[in-house]
Amino acid sequence: MSAVTTADAPIVPQLRQNLTTARLPKWAPAGVAVLSVALGCAIGAGAGLASHIQWGLIAGLLFLAISYGLSAWVEGRRQAKDRFATSLVWVAFVIAVVPLISLTVYTVQQGAGVVDGNFLSHSMRNVIQSGPGGGIYHALIGTLEQVGLATAMAAPVGLMTAVYLVEYGRGRLAKVVTFFVDVMTGIPSIVAGLFVLSVWNILLGFAFSGFSGSLALAILMMPVVVRSTEEMLKLVPNELREASYALGVPKWKTILRIVLPTAIGGITTGVMLAVARIAGETAPVLMLVFGADAINTDPFNGPQQSLPLFIWQQYASVNNSFGYARAWGAALVLIAFVMGLNLIARGIARWRSPKAGH
Amino acid sequence: MTSSPPAESEGRVRRSRSDSRRGDSIFFNLSRGSGILLLVIMAAIAGFLAYRSWLAISKDQANFLTTFEWTPDAAKPVFGIAVLAFGTVVSAVIAMAIAVPVAIGIALFISHYAPRRIAQPFAYLVDLLAAVPSIVYGLWGALFLVPHMAGLTAWMDQYLGWTFVFKQTQLGVTPRNLFTVGVLLAIMILPIITAVTREVFRQVPRAHEEAALALGATRWEMIRTAVLPFGRPGIISASMLGLGRALGETIAVATVLSTSSVLSLHVLDLGGGTFAQNIALKFGEAMPFGRDALMASGLVLFVITLLVNGAARLIIARRKEYSGANA
Repeated sequence: MSAVTTADAPIVPQLRQNLTTARLPKWAPAGVAVLSVALGCAIGAGAGLASHIQWGLIAGLLFLAISYGLSAWVEGRRQAKDRFATSLVWVAFVIAVVPLISLTVYTVQQGAGVVDGNFLSHSMRNVIQSGPGGGIYHALIGTLEQVGLATAMAAPVGLMTAVYLVEYGRGRLAKVVTFFVDVMTGIPSIVAGLFVLSVWNILLGFAFSGFSGSLALAILMMPVVVRSTEEMLKLVPNELREASYALGVPKWKTILRIVLPTAIGGITTGVMLAVARIAGETAPVLMLVFGADAINTDPFNGPQQSLPLFIWQQYASVNNSFGYARAWGAALVLIAFVMGLNLIARGIARWRSPKAGH
Repeated sequence: MTSSPPAESEGRVRRSRSDSRRGDSIFFNLSRGSGILLLVIMAAIAGFLAYRSWLAISKDQANFLTTFEWTPDAAKPVFGIAVLAFGTVVSAVIAMAIAVPVAIGIALFISHYAPRRIAQPFAYLVDLLAAVPSIVYGLWGALFLVPHMAGLTAWMDQYLGWTFVFKQTQLGVTPRNLFTVGVLLAIMILPIITAVTREVFRQVPRAHEEAALALGATRWEMIRTAVLPFGRPGIISASMLGLGRALGETIAVATVLSTSSVLSLHVLDLGGGTFAQNIALKFGEAMPFGRDALMASGLVLFVITLLVNGAARLIIARRKEYSGANA
């Protein structure tokens, strides 16, 4: 570029006085953004558009158009395309942030007034569904028991499968297992529910209970545990294993005493993330746990309640403002539970994750 | 050490070796057994659903694939999946059409555009968004999103009505339609698509990007020539993972959609249904035969998601590094 310009310079000096083309000032994108938001609001309010989604869309389109036009006018088409892409990416960012904030704010707004000591410590027994009052104590107990049972079943199986895939798996079986674990992560939860229903409840004749719900939850949880544990075991440096073998320690002891303790932080994280995921599953619980208004602490006998199912029933069956209020309260508790698990799990992961070895 | 008789020490060594061998074989078989158990569960899901479906479909008085109604418990059982298949596919397609471009944008934002101070916490936020339970999305969708979609729906009818697809024939109804479901599903599958795509974009060789920039490319030209071609298989498989989620989503669809057994090509009109949502709604009042019929529709859903996920995994397997397992 510069060689060409210097060669040309003596002949046509007036063509290239500046080596760089004109650029928009640094504050231009921010300025355009402010301008288009203002215009979007003005047009939206002026035309009397009801929903703010429309206002936002108008502002976004204006932002894209103005930044392209302005840049094409000042900087040329290539730069304009670049600016257009940058604007698109920023618009995508805003599009992602808006529902997230809206969901969180709205849930907290609606639920905060409902959740109190009474709500957390009482069940719906003898409470008129279409009236005020009642609580989620029975649902909390149900969710904790069902998720606990599911974890007790899924975590060992998932852990051992991951050990097999990482420490032993070579041949065709390992490949098949890996593939189907991947595919299994995508099973719709309702299908897992149907399966447990067809085997446990129809074929074997057991009644609806918390346990049949946790069977379905365990199926959903296993592949998630396998995948995350696998990733963690792969991070354990091979030198540790070899050092252990060199001391004459058998393989199973090496795995139990060296490999698993090294990766335990990451494994815990994975299991907790999986727990957080199944705690919010509604579909299988809806089919298998059945729902109840009274406290039932026995997950093996009789119908139970669970938090997601409680929300669903309050929304779909009660379907009035009192039901909605209880549903939002339960939703706030559920989100807090899941997010709390997530934050703790990620904290553990950062605190003691095995450093990548090579 | 040297004073101990050779025979005894040899015996001890042999004993401990056979001990360790036994321990090894027990542990090996336990771990392999868990792996096999997973395969057995998968096979059992397919097997039992297929058996139950066969019981149901063999008594179906109408064509299972082309019938609109779902009345398996009537004296003359008639049920078919036409409406459900249509609704499932259409809502998933709308969700993909919205979510994939936005997710690519967000992934690019995190990996190439955002200032580092914003990128890290934002990536974290997107991961948290993935953890929100679907019932909460459903509740938010039904009580917050649906009222807010009314204006947009009217707008689309006004300006895009000529496309036939976006023509609204029922006026003045709340927009509990397939389009709103698609928007909600798009919000729900954004995080997983973003997470996988982002990982791919991070793996783009630095040298490719720098080479493009050194040749005078603008940032967009660098992304178009270096980042996107490298990331294409990752984008495809991430989208298919998202598609799998969208197809199987139950409760968020059930809260938002107003169902009927009408197959309407106008996505802004009420009605329609999806496989998963139909199962969740009809299950409570179904008789034993009705349950079998629902299992038949569940089997169809299972097979579809199996194919989609399997294809996604096969594409991703070509580049092992970004499997997106932790997404």
